[in-house]
Order: sequence, then C-alpha cells, then structure tokens
Amino acid sequence: MNDFDFYKSESIADAVEKISNHTDSRFIAGGTNLIDLLKYNLLRVSSLVDVNSIKNQSVTEKDGLVLLNAFATNAETAYHPIIEQRYPLLSKAILAGASAQIRNMATNGGNLLQRTRCYYFYDANTPCNKREPGSGCSAINGYNRNLAILGTSEHCIAIFPSDMCVALSALNATVCVTGSEGERRIPFSAFHRLPDDTPELDNNLLPNELITSIELPAKGFEKNYSYLKLRDRNSYAFALVSVATAMELENDTIKEIRIALGGVASKPWRVQEAEDFLQEKAPTRENFSLAAEIILQDAKGFEFNTFKIELAKRAIIRNCLMALNPSSQLPGAQPSA
Amino acid sequence: MLTETTKPISHAKNASTVSLKINGEDKSLVLKPWVTLLDCLRENLDLTGTKKGCDHGQCGACTVICDGKRILSCLTLAVMKDGSEITTIEGIAPSGDLHPLQKAFIEHDAFQCGYCTPGQICSAIGMLAEGKANTEAEVKELMSGNLCRCGANTNIINAIMEVKNGGNYE
Repeated sequence: MNDFDFYKSESIADAVEKISNHTDSRFIAGGTNLIDLLKYNLLRVSSLVDVNSIKNQSVTEKDGLVLLNAFATNAETAYHPIIEQRYPLLSKAILAGASAQIRNMATNGGNLLQRTRCYYFYDANTPCNKREPGSGCSAINGYNRNLAILGTSEHCIAIFPSDMCVALSALNATVCVTGSEGERRIPFSAFHRLPDDTPELDNNLLPNELITSIELPAKGFEKNYSYLKLRDRNSYAFALVSVATAMELENDTIKEIRIALGGVASKPWRVQEAEDFLQEKAPTRENFSLAAEIILQDAKGFEFNTFKIELAKRAIIRNCLMALNPSSQLPGAQPSA
Repeated sequence: MLTETTKPISHAKNASTVSLKINGEDKSLVLKPWVTLLDCLRENLDLTGTKKGCDHGQCGACTVICDGKRILSCLTLAVMKDGSEITTIEGIAPSGDLHPLQKAFIEHDAFQCGYCTPGQICSAIGMLAEGKANTEAEVKELMSGNLCRCGANTNIINAIMEVKNGGNYE
C-alpha cells in the first residue's frame, strides 16, 4: 500500500468538494474491496475521503418508494424490517454474499462499485485490459472457469461479482448520485457497463460522483421470489451462476416475472424477451425451460467455463420453481431439496 | 484512563491522532492513514491475540468486535474507527474466568493449532449477539467467514451450538 492522506467528510456536499479538490483521490466507505486493492497495489491513491460519517437512517420509505442509504451496511439493510417484509429477494441476495463480518462493514453504495474478482485482474504480473487498458486479456485463453459467458468482448471476459446487485436489477432499482454538477438518477440497467473496448470502465458513474442512495420501486414481489447461488463451496464464495426471480402470479398464471442472472457477465443479466415470453403463461418447468433457452441463446463459453451455459439454464428453472414456494429456500441461497 | 502508546510512532505530516477504546481502556495513538486496525492492535498495542491470517478478508482470523459488530480488522483502517469501541480476544473475559465460548471450545476440542480460534470466538460472540441464527444450518452459514484449516470445524460448530442452546451466553 502506498502512503496517502485521509480526509473525513461530514456531508455529501463536503465529500464531493473534498474529492474534487484532490487528484487521484477515492471515497472510502466500508473499504472491504478498496483496502484489498490498495494492499495489492492494484490501486494507488493520493488521498481517501471517508464518507462513513454521512450515514443517516439505513432504510426509509417515501411516497411508497423505499430508499436504501448508500452508506448503510449490507447487514443493516438485509435485516431491516422493511427489506425483510417488502423486498425479501433483496434480503436473501445480500445474505448470500461475502461473510457476516464483511456484510457488517461493506456498504450499499460500495457493493455497486466492487471490482471484478478475475484472477488476472488481481495478478499484476499478467496483462489485463481492465487493470491496464491496451495490455491484453490473459483470461480469454487462460484459466477462465469463473468468468463470463454473456456480453463479453475480445478485450475482456470479467464478471461483476455482486449478489445484491442481481436482486436490485430484478427489482428495477434506481441509483441516485451526486457530483460536482449536481444530482442525477441512473436506472439500474444503465449503471454497469459491458466491456466492449473500454473494459477499464465498470460503470457509468462520472469522476467524483458519489452514490447517495438506491431507490426501490413500491413493488417488492414479496409473495413469489427466490435467490439461488451456485458456487464451488457452500458458503463464502463468489457465484459461478446465481439467479434472482421475482414473480407475480394471478389465477395460476404469471402476471409479471423478472429473472436476473449473476456470475455470468460484467453486469446483472436480464433478457426482456424471456420475461415477455413467460407473461400470462403457466408457471411450469416446461415454460421456465423455454425461457432459460431464450436467456442463454447468445451465451458463448470459453475453454473452462462452457459448463456455465447449461448450469445457468438449470439454475433458472430450479430458481423459478423455488419462487413458487419461497419458504423452500435454504440459508446461503443453496438449492432446496 | 488515557494511555499513550510507548511504541515508536510515525511523525509524518499526514499522521493523525486516533482514539480507540480497546477492551475498555482508552487509547490514543498517532498513526499514518494506511495502518490497518489489525496492524494497530498487533504492532502498536501488543494485542497479538488477534491473528493475521490472509490479510485480505478471506479467512476471518482477524475478526474483532467493533461497536458491538464483528468485523475484519485487516480490511479496516484504524483511522476509520476513530472514536470506536473495540473488543479483541484479550477483552472477552475481563473477570479472569473463561468466557462460555472459551470453555466450550476446550470441552469440544474445537481447535488443533489454535490460529483461527480468537477469530472464531470473536465471530461467534458477534453471531450470537446478532440473534439471526436459529438452526445449526444457520449457525454454519453465519460462521462461514471463519476458516479452520486443521479440520476442527465440526467441533467448532458443536461448541457454539452448546453455548447457544445452553442459555449460559452473556
């Protein structure tokens, strides 16, 4: 870790002003990813601006909408009564991520900004276009077991590792940010980026912009939902494939469904065509199977991760069936019996 | 009581005074911003019960309790915790009697090398205080951030379950 200066900020305006006054400066909240990147010298900063004092109420209701404070911890959010009751999909997804200690530290805003866990991104001795633009991608022809099968480019096949964001994607959340130019709102689907030829950019946040809250629409799909996370060990590991399903049933048919995949791309993955296909259909294995085919139709595997295509299809079917009976879910978002 | 550390301290211009209440004692240290809470505990305060395992948030050996919550001291800068109360393994049994979890770990043979034990016990104290785990499966899930490489995990879970079910947890 290189030496740096440290500033505490007392308000959103103060934080944005402080970061604007310093070059190579970053906000720090939980620090669970940022400090690790600093330790590996994958990130060097001249200063950090601590935003932890800004924290207010972790979850608030406003005109039927619910706001997640960006500076609240993942644990506070997942266990908040409003989230447990109205958005249980979000609660389950958060609790499937990291460990209890990390969830006590990591914040909601920081969750959206975590970097990829691609081995080559973390190994400074190898080329990586995300870490060093133009140096090349070691993963495409390397050991790519845990990397992307959707939305990849010839420059990068990294995945975005969040669980929380898979649920936020399914819930159609909005990201509220403040920068030097003022406030703006970013639909969740437009927040994270595909790699294309600029894999160094994970998201569409502008320099010095600070995430201040995440807004959830009123509809929380609390009756029929499920989060399934498949990984190499039962807990405390990143997903090979994860699925969030939010479903609304009416007279035994699907009135509305949202299916978001994690662990397969540089952003949570949704396919409108598949969700439209399931509308007004019966919630059967056959229909979910047809939807899974649509979702994975453009998937492209690499030497060690082609198995993920079939795994994702099966995970979608299983998770949609689990959403019919959410009480069947097990701790850690494991598949139910 | 305010005690100044006797360890060498940095006087570089970006060092700042950090006040922490560690195991009930007020401490005031002058630290560079990049000093982690873990290194502060071990190097500046000689509290070496908290272990440095991976130093990257993957093993849980450095778990301490900060303002009532279990956290990883390796992924926290000491300066970020200015004004906080920290409890380490050295502070869980101030009376001198063993903490119920310490007793249970001994009774259940819940360690071999013992390196993960301080983190396991601090994590279990935090987990029991959270009150979110009801079943053994939930305890396992909520203790998954603490790895034991000796293979004592079954006994660790048994020890924690005994304290959880025995009602002798304070």
